[in-house]
Amino acid sequence: MKAVYTKPISLTETANSYCPGCGHGLVHRLVAEVIDELGVRERTIGIAPVGCAVFAYDYFNFDVTEAPHGRPPAVATAIKRCLPDRIVFTYQGDGDLASIGTNEIIHAANRGENITVIFINNAVYGMTGGQMAPTTLEGMKTTTTTKGRDVKVAGHPLRVSELLSSIEGAVYIERVTVIDPANVIKAKKAIKKAFQNQIDKKGFSFVEVLSPCPINWGLKPLDALKFIKEKMMEYFKLGVIKDSTNSKESK
Amino acid sequence: MNKTGKKIFINGNEAIAEAAIIAGCRFYAGYPITPQNQIPEYMSWRMPEAGGVFIQAESELAAINMVFGASLTGTRAMTSSSSPGISLKQEGISYMAGCELPGVIVNMQRGGPGLGNIQGSQADYFQATKGGGHGDYRMPVLAPSTIPEAIEHVMTAFDLADMYRTPVMLLSDGILGQMMEAVEFPVYKSKKKLPEKDWILDGAKNRKPRSVFSLMMQNPTILEKHNYKLAEKYKKMETEVIHETYLAEDAEILVCAYGIMGRICRGAIDMARKEGVKAGLFRPVTVWPFASEVVSKLGKKAKKVLVVELNLGQMVEDIRLAVEDNKKISFFGKPGGAVATKEEIFAKIKELIK
Ligand SMILES: Cc1ncc(C[n+]2csc(CCOP(=O)(O)OP(=O)(O)O)c2C)c(N)n1
Ligand code: SF4
Repeated sequence: MKAVYTKPISLTETANSYCPGCGHGLVHRLVAEVIDELGVRERTIGIAPVGCAVFAYDYFNFDVTEAPHGRPPAVATAIKRCLPDRIVFTYQGDGDLASIGTNEIIHAANRGENITVIFINNAVYGMTGGQMAPTTLEGMKTTTTTKGRDVKVAGHPLRVSELLSSIEGAVYIERVTVIDPANVIKAKKAIKKAFQNQIDKKGFSFVEVLSPCPINWGLKPLDALKFIKEKMMEYFKLGVIKDSTNSKESK
Repeated sequence: MNKTGKKIFINGNEAIAEAAIIAGCRFYAGYPITPQNQIPEYMSWRMPEAGGVFIQAESELAAINMVFGASLTGTRAMTSSSSPGISLKQEGISYMAGCELPGVIVNMQRGGPGLGNIQGSQADYFQATKGGGHGDYRMPVLAPSTIPEAIEHVMTAFDLADMYRTPVMLLSDGILGQMMEAVEFPVYKSKKKLPEKDWILDGAKNRKPRSVFSLMMQNPTILEKHNYKLAEKYKKMETEVIHETYLAEDAEILVCAYGIMGRICRGAIDMARKEGVKAGLFRPVTVWPFASEVVSKLGKKAKKVLVVELNLGQMVEDIRLAVEDNKKISFFGKPGGAVATKEEIFAKIKELIK
């Protein structure tokens, strides 16, 4: 009998420490499946963030390094430049990438680094207990916006994908989510393309995933999915935000 | 372009860059800041020529993290900056210490605090030798006093880094960076038998996946154990002391200075000797590890100890710890990017023997 659902080789046996209903585990699996399917596990180097996914090196069954908070794009840049035939990707949350690490992500994109970035937008700082992130929605309650995010003092939620799309060096940017099977399939397709681009030497490819953090949203897992659908997707529109893959000569 | 074995006239910054290339450095990332700009400028064309990677980073934070990334692929990597930029690198240096990644950091110190000025200075001794970044780590720090010595110790720095899997700092100053000397670049040959880099991340082909990390909180004792393991390493690193003495054996006045001040103090000692004053010099080359035993012996024999630094008094604390007899020890310093002349130091020596 053929098994129809098995663990990707690119995931270890280690049980992950994510909360029930968290999006991280799902996205890890998608990344692992893609790496398996592309047959690049033995030449992949991942960069884990500081955030809930900090232990990604325990879950991925290939080489993974830690990086200081927000700095994965700088670390990835150097790895890729030193080993251009390896597959290098960063996996970062919205505190890591959209707040403390904005400088690094913008300049890695601007240099057109031939890397893949998986950006987990869960609208909060998960690991530190649910403080406001740059992506926190207007009015959304967090431990540092107990009355809801007031855009007059805290600014509006940052649309990082749109921001990066103005950068010449960024080749492919898509926003996806993992709230239902149809979207999971789309998310996987986007992730696969972002890795395929790197293999084809097309340049900087970026996938933003709207991802649930039920624990810090104070919602049940299913309600968290509803929150993404009804609230987050309103503001963070899904779809391809930039794609110049076909117009880019491989470099 | 092979530069070894030829006498050339070169400034300290470029000499340091070339020495790194000769030592096999194949990755450099940096961000402009005076007085070390010739290092990134030189690297920008020289590194590609040598088959390596040069990146003008978006900040010193990015630069040190690029060194982190290059290092974990097994590439010899360096970054350089001056004081304000070195402050920004401290997070990365601490991570490199925690993750046990080799790398060389050059600090061409300038006057501080804050933006300070762009004159040469020794204001960052504490930062370099007492931690700098967070966490309980140690890092070898080499302080050359001439350009040939800077060349030699850039090479030492890469060897120490690979030997102990640690960041290593070359602590120099804007004066040495800007001045020019005739030098001959040596052929590089490691003085140490360096361990194989069996920890690098280059893709898990025909081996188990590896990871590089400093986070250890799966259980309460794992970080404690890691720190004890690092402590063992630091103990071995402590044997790597390098120092120089000059007319110190019979010295009644022991002058202690490092880096560019060590060189200037030599001149003051010559002046003193000419007048029959028994002055001598203790000059640490590694300011961590510190040649405490040497200075302790010399200091106990001497009648007076004079510590000279381009700051308000930092190394003087290490001298005090080693010599113990505080009454003997005086300090002469110039902060804020000023330089002490040999005449001034000689005057200070004469004051002490009165
Ligand atoms: C320099 C630094 N500042 C702050 C922290 C604390 N910190 C750890 S994780 C984190 C935020 C993580 O949030 P995010 O990137 O959104 O990832 P998530 O946990 O939500 O997946 C912060 C601020 C740190 N480790 N280092
Ligand atoms: S805190 Fe949020 S992001 Fe972190 S593991 Fe839990 S659900 Fe996931």
